[in-house]
Amino acid sequence: MDVRVSGVRKEFDRFPALHDVSLEINSGELIALLGPSGSGKTTLLRLIAGLESPTEGKVFFGDEDASLKSVQERNVGFVFQHYALFRHMTVIDNVGFGLKVRPNSSRPSSEEIRRRSSELLDFVQLSGLEKRYPAQLSGGQRQRVALARAMAIEPRILLLDEPFGALDAKVRKELRRWLREIHDKTKHTTVFVTHDQDEALELADRVVVMSQGRIEQIGTPDEVYDKPNSPFVYSFIGESSKIDVRVENGELWLADRRLGLKSDLPDGDASLYFRPHDVALVSDSDACIMGTVVASRRVGATRRVELEIGGASERIEIGISADHPAKEMSGIAFRPQHWRVFPKS
Amino acid sequence: MALDLPQTESSAKVWHPATTESRAARYALIAITLAFLGLFLFMPLVSVFVEAFRKGPAEYFAALLEPDARAAIRLTLLVAATAVPLNLIFGVVAAWTIAKFEFKGKAFLTTLIDLPFSVSPVISGLVYVLLFSSHSVLGPWLKSHGIEVLFAVPGIVLATMFVTFPFVARELIPLMQHQGTTDEEAALSLGANGWQTFWHVTLPNIKWGLLYGVLLCNARAMGEFGAVSVVSGHIRGLTNTMPLHVEILYNEYNFVAAFAVASLLALLALVTLVLKTLLELKYGAELRAASGH
Ligand SMILES: Nc1ncnc2c1ncn2[C@@H]1O[C@H](COP(=O)(O)OP(=O)(O)OP(=O)(O)O)[C@@H](O)[C@H]1O
Ligand SMILES: [Mg+2]
Repeated sequence: MDVRVSGVRKEFDRFPALHDVSLEINSGELIALLGPSGSGKTTLLRLIAGLESPTEGKVFFGDEDASLKSVQERNVGFVFQHYALFRHMTVIDNVGFGLKVRPNSSRPSSEEIRRRSSELLDFVQLSGLEKRYPAQLSGGQRQRVALARAMAIEPRILLLDEPFGALDAKVRKELRRWLREIHDKTKHTTVFVTHDQDEALELADRVVVMSQGRIEQIGTPDEVYDKPNSPFVYSFIGESSKIDVRVENGELWLADRRLGLKSDLPDGDASLYFRPHDVALVSDSDACIMGTVVASRRVGATRRVELEIGGASERIEIGISADHPAKEMSGIAFRPQHWRVFPKS
Repeated sequence: MALDLPQTESSAKVWHPATTESRAARYALIAITLAFLGLFLFMPLVSVFVEAFRKGPAEYFAALLEPDARAAIRLTLLVAATAVPLNLIFGVVAAWTIAKFEFKGKAFLTTLIDLPFSVSPVISGLVYVLLFSSHSVLGPWLKSHGIEVLFAVPGIVLATMFVTFPFVARELIPLMQHQGTTDEEAALSLGANGWQTFWHVTLPNIKWGLLYGVLLCNARAMGEFGAVSVVSGHIRGLTNTMPLHVEILYNEYNFVAAFAVASLLALLALVTLVLKTLLELKYGAELRAASGH
């Protein structure tokens, strides 16, 4: 099922939680909504589900306007952040709930409900736990029950709010891989919310980066990592270093030093962003960035050095090869290999 | 880098919990509490039964089986059987509205629900007299339609409902607020309609709190004196509930009969207490969210 969010704005008591958000989700895609706390991820997910109604804008499921439909009619599988399992129902009754509450005309028989629920529990590798109550399950098991329950209604789209948020690191990793497998098998159109960039980059076909109620960038994991299109995305995804520079006649300057980097921004103050590990050391006679080493530490296979950039009292980090001596107070000259300049905000 | 936490002064000394008292003080406090409970609760309770059985079991049962007493018992049961279910429904609806929706004037509504607790029951009764007496607007109109409210069963039920309506709502509001709305949202997203959601999800989540509230509501409904006294008219065999009957017997110096009927009320209190304790023991965790008590 294609899903299209078109020009959606959402206000809570005049406080805008989403401003003019548009997003197209292709059938069968696995999409991650990634952003810091309060950026509106949950709000967007709930709007798609119909748990919240937009102040402005529309949501389309395929060609039909879903904005006119209630949450029940939309037939979405929603997995809540803390699972929201029904605590007084056994695991199998939880999974079968969506089928049990169907109107008589479309409700399967109770044996059929039982059979389908067990199948789903099998699918999420929980067979044998049918008779347990949610309180008797581990966090990871609850997560899987919640997913099975959402899938039982044969939803048109699966929506997961921080599916791994409440789990420890090891279980997270396992479930992450497992969710990808499930998705590859079932081909459900899936949207999940996360504030963990590794999770988003590893799992999703496309990542939607959000900040302060707006979509900053939509793209494949490679695109958002390699070609961030805003200072926010640069600093939110992966590591980045930032230097305040000046544009003059299409060239970047740091104080009175030419950096040997070009830009088509108009003259004026700007910020240069690059990945710390994506730099090349150069001889200091070239146009380049010069820095003085103030600290250095070994991180895995590389060496991280903290530099004081001449002129500016700012410090930045770069990653260089581990065999570089990088003695304190010694000078280092480098140039970023991939970089972007944004007008100073 | 090593963490150099400042050494606080107290870490050098032996640590004392803030509430530690000397042993003597502790025993003294316990003794005072027990003496108080004994003097003001236990002794009166025992004396009710002692007094009731002073002339032997035969007199005791005779006092309970006598027609006016039977009528009073029947009326009390009838009033409780009407007021409690109605308040149960009202309480659930009110708690649902307050806990699960956002609207203007919510805080005011919450305060309003507590009103019967802060108003003297006598005043509650007087309000009904004002509303339904023959000088009021409503009274004569109802009377012309053959409905007697004042000095009749409907008035007693109304007054009892007014006095007891906060019990269920107060028990449920914090409980429901604590539980939030995600369970309901989950049910709705799975396709359940409003009624199915309430029946299969909300009600099971609140059932122990609800039972607790109903228990307290019932105890008060059966024992209410002040408000009922004002609206009842004290017609023997007709509009006397058990507490009113006790008072009448007592005023007639019929102590054995008065205490016999009173002993039933005392028994009700004891049963309520036991059930309440059982509920708290078994479902304490669920009820604790509703920490209104
Ligand atoms: N029901 C509500 N009433 C008022 N404000 C709300 C409501 N729900 C969300 N908001 C506000 O909208 C903004 C976006 O919230 P949202 O829950 O979508 O953020 P989020 O990206 O999911 O954050 P988190 O990662 O912390 O879950 C926040 O500023 C929040 O305070
Ligand atoms: Mg959220």
